[in-house]
Amino acid sequence: MGCCSLRADEVMWRRARSWGIWSPVFSPCSSRGSSSAGIISSGAFTYSPLSCSCFHALHTCEAPAWMSTADVLVMTPWFAPIIWDGVFDSAILDAQFESTTIGLTVFAIKKYVVFLELFLQTAEKHFMVGHRVTYYVFTDRPANVPSVPLAEGRQVVVLEVRNYARWQDVSMHRMKTISNFSQERFLREVDYLVCVDVDMKFSDHVGVEILSPFFGTLHPGFYRAARNDFTYERRPRSQAYIPRDEGDFYYAGGFFGGSVVEVLQLTTACHQAMVVNQANGIEAVWHDESHLNRYLLYHKPTKVLSPEYLWDERMLQRPPFLRRLRYVAVPKNHAEIRH
Amino acid sequence: WSWGSRSALSWPFSSGSPAVRARASCDSLQCIAACFVTQHLLHLAESPGPLVCSPSCQLTCRRVALLRCSRNDVLVLTPWLAPIVWEGTFNTDILNEQFRLRNTTIGLTRTEGGDRELFLQTAEKHFMVGHRVTYYVFTDRPAAVPRVPLGEGRRVVVLEVLGGPRWQDVSMQRMAVISRFCEQRFLREVDYLVCADVDMKFRDHVGVEILSPLFGTLHPSFYGAARKDFTYERRPRSQAHIPRDQGDFYYMGALFGGSVAEVHRLTSACHQAMAIDQANGIEAVWHDESHLNRYLLDHKPTKVLSPEYLWDQQLLGWPRVMKKLRFVAVPKNHQDIRAT
Repeated sequence: MGCCSLRADEVMWRRARSWGIWSPVFSPCSSRGSSSAGIISSGAFTYSPLSCSCFHALHTCEAPAWMSTADVLVMTPWFAPIIWDGVFDSAILDAQFESTTIGLTVFAIKKYVVFLELFLQTAEKHFMVGHRVTYYVFTDRPANVPSVPLAEGRQVVVLEVRNYARWQDVSMHRMKTISNFSQERFLREVDYLVCVDVDMKFSDHVGVEILSPFFGTLHPGFYRAARNDFTYERRPRSQAYIPRDEGDFYYAGGFFGGSVVEVLQLTTACHQAMVVNQANGIEAVWHDESHLNRYLLYHKPTKVLSPEYLWDERMLQRPPFLRRLRYVAVPKNHAEIRH
Repeated sequence: WSWGSRSALSWPFSSGSPAVRARASCDSLQCIAACFVTQHLLHLAESPGPLVCSPSCQLTCRRVALLRCSRNDVLVLTPWLAPIVWEGTFNTDILNEQFRLRNTTIGLTRTEGGDRELFLQTAEKHFMVGHRVTYYVFTDRPAAVPRVPLGEGRRVVVLEVLGGPRWQDVSMQRMAVISRFCEQRFLREVDYLVCADVDMKFRDHVGVEILSPLFGTLHPSFYGAARKDFTYERRPRSQAHIPRDQGDFYYMGALFGGSVAEVHRLTSACHQAMAIDQANGIEAVWHDESHLNRYLLDHKPTKVLSPEYLWDQQLLGWPRVMKKLRFVAVPKNHQDIRAT
């Protein structure tokens, strides 16, 4: 069975020293500060590809099997990775997703077209760089879609849709539109779909680490909340109803995706649920987001994105374990100033 | 997503540890215990023995605590986002449900030799209980296969392999044989294949948490070792060669598996590599295990099993980091091996 049989403790301590790190190897999570000011990292060793001197070379970063990212959950109990900075190696993943085409859907209805320029510019800098990308821009004002210089292998497809008077209707009809276009176009054109809000900008790397059959994103306002504080739909009459003692996470409606087949199923199911609700004269408390949460409870996602992937710097105090802010809200009055 | 009127809500943040709350309408004691959300949530939740919760309760009781890692002492995710399967990182109820819904059938192959009866008996107790299982026994003497009582949905298939007594001793033949039978039978009969080695027995739960397109198992003697100490094949002449500055883990040849298609690819590739080596007059230092390691370096597994799934208690004791010893070496000098 092999030569060495060292005690696990011994080996762990030696490993820490050979890496030049003197912080304690074991930092039980239960000793973390539970103050509302945020989790204080006690310096436990964290596996981070960025600490490897050989980060960009395939195969050459050590991955000791028994060291952990000790301050946040990195995997759900159904084995879906929760994507935080430091748990993934982009070099390996980029190679695995080499010939993948990703579709990014965004809805710019009425005055929201003003967000498109910054959105597309920052996407060019940070979103799936090096991969083939198609931006699907749904708008009722095709003439107002800005022309943004795009890198090779990337294109913008403008799809004209109708608008709605109420923003809630605009939001909810996204599900129907994505569902329709998935069948008509996306299935043939892209491998994965990423469906996001437009009043945002990319501020750091968002890459193939998010891709999987289907993923949701943790809502930044609720990652610490107790389950009964999640703003699920609580009225049993609604199709989006979730009882108070159920629920894994509160997912945000502004960033979800997966393979085209899975996104088609999700958006179709959500749209149908909203139609039933409408016939019954009820509208879920957070509209399409409520329906998304119901769906993701009973169809577990295969990856979950941490709040790094959806953040609002003005509204939230940034905790220390949030090492990167990748996709952040654009202040809306800023856009008004621009006009 | 919108902030709207959320300022009325109680964020930022409920303070302190997650609420302790019982689900009064749970109709089983085990379920109620599991619903108490404490710092040791996931350890409590993985209760040993058969699960008596009703399905609706199982999926709802356990809240996932985001700001508390499931295991703080081990790596639970590889850099390419494959789960490393340790006790405490998974919820058997959710996983069982996912695999039962698809009516998953698992094939278990085993290198010939040793105590076949003990292997099958312990497998009946611990391996994929509640799912459809086919045990594939390779032998050149079909009549000598012992009859072991099997649970429902489980069967033994005897596969006759021609050849003299020597073929059993050569572990490299395992790759060729499995590869051949993948095409001939396994593709049509099972969804997943688990390929195990001789002289092992099941001692604790080994279930659907291991299933994925391609998985390898961490060698129990090397999970703490530095990369340069892995016993990879180091001679460049061999097809299994891995340079000293490369490598993710050291996988053990005694347990690997995945979907039939992926296992077919792996075993074919290893067999071909071994044939080339043989033609060049070289044999890899750890035989098929060396070639397995080369393959899994180039084709990253989608799950990695912790050494809980391959252990030798006589040699390695029972360190704190091992919460369960699931699949263990049969003690060689034990008089009454059934007692352990």
